[in-house]
Amino acid sequence: MSHPAIEVVDFTKKYQDFVAVDGINFTVQEGEIFGLLGPNGAGKTSTLECLEGLRQPDGGSVRVAGIIPDSEFHKLKNIIGVQLQSSSLPDSITPLEAIKLFSAYHKVEPRFELLDRLGLGTKNNAQFYELSTGQQRKLALALAIMHQPRVLFLDEPTAGLDVSTRSLLHQMIKELQEEGTTIILATHDMAEAEGLSDRVAILLNGKLVKTGSPLEITATGAGLTKISVRTRSSSLPLAVDSFPAVSHTLSQEEYQVYFSTDIGPTVSALIEFLDRSDDTLLDLRIERPSLEDRFLEITNAGERI
Amino acid sequence: MKAFIAHFNFEFLNGIRNKYLLLLTYLLPLGFYLMMGFVMVEINPLFLGGMIPAMVIFGILSAALLGIPDPLVTAREKGIFRSYKINGVPSLAILLIPALSTVIHLIIVAVIITATAPMLFDAPQPVNWGPYLVVFLAGAAALVGLSVLIGVISQSSRITVLWSQMVYLPSMMLGGLMIPYGLLPESVQRIARILPATQAMNAFNGLAMGGTADFSAWGSVITLLVGGVLAFILALFLFSWDSRNTTRKAHPLLGLLALVPYLVQALIGL
Repeated sequence: MSHPAIEVVDFTKKYQDFVAVDGINFTVQEGEIFGLLGPNGAGKTSTLECLEGLRQPDGGSVRVAGIIPDSEFHKLKNIIGVQLQSSSLPDSITPLEAIKLFSAYHKVEPRFELLDRLGLGTKNNAQFYELSTGQQRKLALALAIMHQPRVLFLDEPTAGLDVSTRSLLHQMIKELQEEGTTIILATHDMAEAEGLSDRVAILLNGKLVKTGSPLEITATGAGLTKISVRTRSSSLPLAVDSFPAVSHTLSQEEYQVYFSTDIGPTVSALIEFLDRSDDTLLDLRIERPSLEDRFLEITNAGERI
Repeated sequence: MKAFIAHFNFEFLNGIRNKYLLLLTYLLPLGFYLMMGFVMVEINPLFLGGMIPAMVIFGILSAALLGIPDPLVTAREKGIFRSYKINGVPSLAILLIPALSTVIHLIIVAVIITATAPMLFDAPQPVNWGPYLVVFLAGAAALVGLSVLIGVISQSSRITVLWSQMVYLPSMMLGGLMIPYGLLPESVQRIARILPATQAMNAFNGLAMGGTADFSAWGSVITLLVGGVLAFILALFLFSWDSRNTTRKAHPLLGLLALVPYLVQALIGL
């Protein structure tokens, strides 16, 4: 039985009269990758910063591995790793010096090999201002994981990174999870959240409007599943009422395309029809609504659950 | 200890790598020293007697008041302190280590000035080396502490310049570096005694250079040390990790308490 790595209960954060986060609740289990999604100003960074001990909650409580971040930061600092959205290092520090300096403060041996792993091996002695944005973010990641934290906070970890570096980073995140690290991932990249997260939470105007696995969230929407069918004789009718739960249809190259609100009955009826008509199924493709589609649906409608 | 050494090494190297700090810590004081040696001595031969302490104090003023506050404000604004906090760097280290590395750079500058001024300009050397070192360290502690405090309480780089210049310019004019304290009108002397530079020049003259102090030399040393420690404690108390998170333990104007030792010295005239 795993215990919660993070517990957020009735958490509220205000800036003067503006309520950035309004009484949200969620838990994250140990070893989970938990995606925190939301449009700009939804309250993601405020939530993360309170979990990281950088800000104080104005109401409710937050705990990381049972520790209250703000008042017990001395206990927290060695069990969390943080890649901040907005942070920096002194202009003249080199990656080697940064690893050495922060390892000393975390009381661990410096893991210089992380620089090679992240493709910064040739930049070991370059000063921070000489590194590109992507290289600076890679260094921030190396610093976040070098002391093997139990809980890792990643705020927009792949923003500004090229495709191969993003792929490498995703691989490293998966490896960290396999080693037991709990990861909180705040991102605008829905494909990244869908591909990496075990569960996601969608924040909107400071409120938590949806939590669940990416599959659960996409399944509960009004989004239509696209079913594309190609048969030898092209015998399938395109009329909307030919098959159950079909909302509209179209013909696309050699495929008959059906948009279904409930794929089970639609696909069963399609197969049955093909059996009866002596036609042969050549290809069947089912495309569920993506997390991005569902996210847009929720944020555009301002949905409340 | 390992963390302290790694942090100190970086900050010390930063003082050389960073062109802005290199200019304020080495190039400006040493360039000004050479200029004063070649030009001022010709204009005013009396300047030669106090040349070494005056140029050493000028070096401290430049490196501390101009070199320390702005990097602190910039680091807070750029989120460097946030990175430090999440990696477990304590606020004491953030403030103390750059201050200590500045003092080491200042010792190098002071050694260069003290060693070359007699050879290049026939400037008189200190006669009491022990007190010379004590007064130097007390003066450095006072001005470095005050500079750290200015960096902590300033909300932006523009305000930093204002606060720094409020100490720097009067120190240059009234601190005894160019015009001896004894030649100032009595009312101005009272104001001059609020300045750490005046206290340091008085202590150098009375304890290290074989001259006469205008007021209690040891009183000046004590004022400088108490002022430096008080300013540093206030800086630590008022320190803020984040320019966006304005929560502080007290209002920044509490930092004005750092002037109390100098005001007391000026009023009761130790």
